[in-house]
Amino acid sequence: MSEDIINRPVGRRRVLQAGLAIGAMQVTSPFVVKALGEVPVKIGMDNTFTGTYAELGRNEQMGSELAVQEINKKGGILGRPVVLLSEDSTSADTGTAVQKAHKLIERDKVSLVLDSVNSAMALAIGEVTAQAGVMNIVTGGHTDAVTGTDCHWNVFRICNTTRMETNSMSKLLFDKFGKKWYFITPDYAFGHTLQQGFEASLKKFGGTEVGASLTPLGTTDFSSYLIKAQAANPDVIIFLHAGQDMINALKQAVQFGLDKRFHIAGAQQELEALNGLPPNARIGNWVFEWYWNQPNVPHVKEFVAAIRKLNNGKVPTARHWFGYAATWTYALIANEKKTLDARVLAKGLEGFTLPPEVALMPDKVFFRAGDHQLMPNLYIGHAVAHGSVPEDLFHVDQVVKGIDVAPPVSETGCHIKWPA
Amino acid sequence: MTQLILYNVFNGLIIGAFYALMALGLSLILNLSGVINFAHGGFLAIGAYFAFALIPFVGFWGALLIAPILTALLGGVIERILIRPLYGRDPLYGLLLTFGLAFIIEDGTRKIWGPQTLPFSVPEWMSTPLSANYFFLTGYRLFMVALVTVAVIVLFVVLNRTRLGMRIRAGTLDLETVSVLGVNVRILRSVNFGLGIYLAGLAGVLAAGMLGLQPTIGTDLIMPSFVAIIVGGLGSLPGTLVGGLLIGVASGVTSVFFPSASEAVIYIMMGLVLLVRPRGLFGEEGRF
Amino acid sequence: MDRQYQKYVGDFIIWSVLLTMPLWLHLVGGYTPLGTRVLIMALAAMALNFLLGYTGVLSFGHAAYFGLGAYGAGLTIKYLIPNTLAGMGVGLIVGIVAAAIIGLLIIRLRGIYFAMVTIAFGQVFYFIAYRWNNITGGDDGLSGWSRQPIDLGFFKIDILHDEKAFYYFVLFFFAISVAIMAAILRSPFGRTLLAIRENERRARFLGIPIDRHVWMSWLISCTFVSLAGTLYALLNNFADPHDLRWDQSGDFVMMAVLGGMRSFWGPLIGAAMFVVLQDYVSSMTSNWMSFIGLFFVLVVLFCPRGVLGIIRRRQVQ
Repeated sequence: MSEDIINRPVGRRRVLQAGLAIGAMQVTSPFVVKALGEVPVKIGMDNTFTGTYAELGRNEQMGSELAVQEINKKGGILGRPVVLLSEDSTSADTGTAVQKAHKLIERDKVSLVLDSVNSAMALAIGEVTAQAGVMNIVTGGHTDAVTGTDCHWNVFRICNTTRMETNSMSKLLFDKFGKKWYFITPDYAFGHTLQQGFEASLKKFGGTEVGASLTPLGTTDFSSYLIKAQAANPDVIIFLHAGQDMINALKQAVQFGLDKRFHIAGAQQELEALNGLPPNARIGNWVFEWYWNQPNVPHVKEFVAAIRKLNNGKVPTARHWFGYAATWTYALIANEKKTLDARVLAKGLEGFTLPPEVALMPDKVFFRAGDHQLMPNLYIGHAVAHGSVPEDLFHVDQVVKGIDVAPPVSETGCHIKWPA
Repeated sequence: MTQLILYNVFNGLIIGAFYALMALGLSLILNLSGVINFAHGGFLAIGAYFAFALIPFVGFWGALLIAPILTALLGGVIERILIRPLYGRDPLYGLLLTFGLAFIIEDGTRKIWGPQTLPFSVPEWMSTPLSANYFFLTGYRLFMVALVTVAVIVLFVVLNRTRLGMRIRAGTLDLETVSVLGVNVRILRSVNFGLGIYLAGLAGVLAAGMLGLQPTIGTDLIMPSFVAIIVGGLGSLPGTLVGGLLIGVASGVTSVFFPSASEAVIYIMMGLVLLVRPRGLFGEEGRF
Repeated sequence: MDRQYQKYVGDFIIWSVLLTMPLWLHLVGGYTPLGTRVLIMALAAMALNFLLGYTGVLSFGHAAYFGLGAYGAGLTIKYLIPNTLAGMGVGLIVGIVAAAIIGLLIIRLRGIYFAMVTIAFGQVFYFIAYRWNNITGGDDGLSGWSRQPIDLGFFKIDILHDEKAFYYFVLFFFAISVAIMAAILRSPFGRTLLAIRENERRARFLGIPIDRHVWMSWLISCTFVSLAGTLYALLNNFADPHDLRWDQSGDFVMMAVLGGMRSFWGPLIGAAMFVVLQDYVSSMTSNWMSFIGLFFVLVVLFCPRGVLGIIRRRQVQ
């Protein structure tokens, strides 16, 4: 299933059949124009399917695919069937990502662009979609600028900002594990803003930063930074990496025995990374952006079961949820506003609350009006070597509301300019 | 501070040893086949994945033994089918071919083992530090250095003391004459290519113990290996070894004083070496 | 005479295809920015080939000047003057100055050493772009700016919103660059470069100042690569460190070799195949890398002189 990126319908006939079937189901809807019922609504995903972020990109795609299936079962968008067109942006080449965004918009005439695991690509594609006036939902690029200094009227984001992640985490770290922190930070915007977030909190609480190392993105050997960190003798060593860097850093920290002498923690952590670590390196306190094991939250079990079917029996990760929630968001708002007009939909999404079967979180989940950032729940907890079931590698200690930890819109640097 | 620098010098030697292992393989192939093997990182990944697949059946030690050999065999087959037609042609075609090969290998490993990072464990006793003070001397890293040392010694003994090694060295200097003297150059090149790939496979198994195992595991390691070869001097295997150790130490020490330059420093070093001494530290004049 | 005639036909076909591309591209499943990308990559590859194919010197660090052009244009438009042509001018000058200085340091090297030292300098520029977060945006790239409509006083061209207009804007620069390169190659200077490529030692004995000629060739080559870089930044409204990295340089070399580095138009064909093939195949399957890789392997094994080479051979037979 996950192997074939493109799930363009097999043939024209199949689209027609689906369109007719859906059109027939929707006879009650006053807005369905019969002729239009045959033209599918196209959603384009421009994401990282090869290279370092291949797994994350493909998981977001799978979530999106599931949403498209469900949307079509429930009558599509405006009575029209939905198709997902996926384009590989590669993991590193932003030029290709921009190219693919042009392709989706100009050739395929998509109504919505979904992107990207890579923050640089999210920023670059945001420029393209804003220029073209096409709706754009960012699934998993975390850099603050997407809903901060580089925000656009048509761009909305599902995953959290870095400041939300650090704010949710810092109090607990400070109270439980100590006041002397050492940062090991990846040297790019994502890492820098995470570190600044923690530093601001640390200052507020009256702790001390005993040192920080900036590690280049894609570092393979962390030993020299780990040597420095232990020489500073902190209470907590904070790892702010993502993806492969996180795996390499934790694997080496454990081999150096640092986990036995210091407390290991950080901000964002992902199930994909924990899965890639040997059991003894599944350590530390982290934030998850979504977790599959939420026994008391309605609809989560169904979602987990549906993804398992697509994913060789494996559970969904936060990335699956990003793709799923982003795709459903568009269908919901389009059906509510009964139009595909980007400006109307973007206005409509300001303050829009996701229904529980899409939110899959205990509290109210909504898009903030001022910066178009989703305000979800954040899951604070710790990694475990072996869970109750093999996939249960994270233990949630506390669930935080996004709106409580997000800085106010005035501090994000976002000023949305609507087109005339 | 002195202690910190000393730590990083030692540490750099450990990392450098690893780069040297990869660079030696590249160097062997370059010397005799004249092919700049861009797919070397791919073969490294294959070695690591083979080991991952073998561990459940033969354990870590068995995998360490078998996986590089399997990789080398695969390398030999590829040499026969794809590389052989290139001999005698512009080296650029070798570049284009191995570039394509690297694509195929990355995609192939992803198809077979999936895009996710696989949890590759090393034996418990190896992944703990040996002493509290010198905590960066873990069992695994010492083992790595020991293994690299053994591999290098064996390689040099083979090259300097055996008939095969003599032919490889002679072929590096003047392949035509070696051929005229009745040595089967085709087989010689195949064996040599396999030997180079064997080292890549071995590096792969070692890398998977430190790094996350995924299809792109080798991509970030290949450039430093090229740099090691150039710094040491083309055509000189001892030079390659020294080059690897040097860049390891240089980037280790730089990361103490000026972390932002810890990656760029190896390129600056290479640039300086080439400007001052164009043939590299131990390279011979007039080759390549 | 017959050769000459064929050459004219070839030129005519190529220019007609390039001139009409935006009109029919959508009919064959393309889109205008794809054509623009082909032009820009082709310009970069042809510029590289000026050095590689006509002087016999392999550079593996051309992406550095491509990227310098891109950042020069982007930074100028973002921070200094929101004017497209000014941005291009600055990008071009930055690229030329850097190439001129570095060229002086490295012209004495040859072969693989030259290739490696160009990588070394290229990577240093890459790490500067990558690490200087405050100015370049680091890994997030340089965003928050866009190309501006061209105002010539008497009339305006909206290259920002009209992709076709931007295509012809790029084609204009492509045509000028190609014409200049062709003219240089036909001049005595160009013939001297060929002599150096064929036999450097003999050329030296003839009293040709080799280093100065190679330096000039390097500078010309880097100039047009920088120009391509500025256009690339304008195409994407974005510049990112990947533009300067060694694998981008590698792509240029691959395009030149793929198309045929001994023919003037070879790199254009190579770039077109490289860009279009990747664009099409990667939409159809997630395993596109295998297909592209296989394609490279097959070209090397069966078209020893690149794709244009095989056409040439047919003609000879």
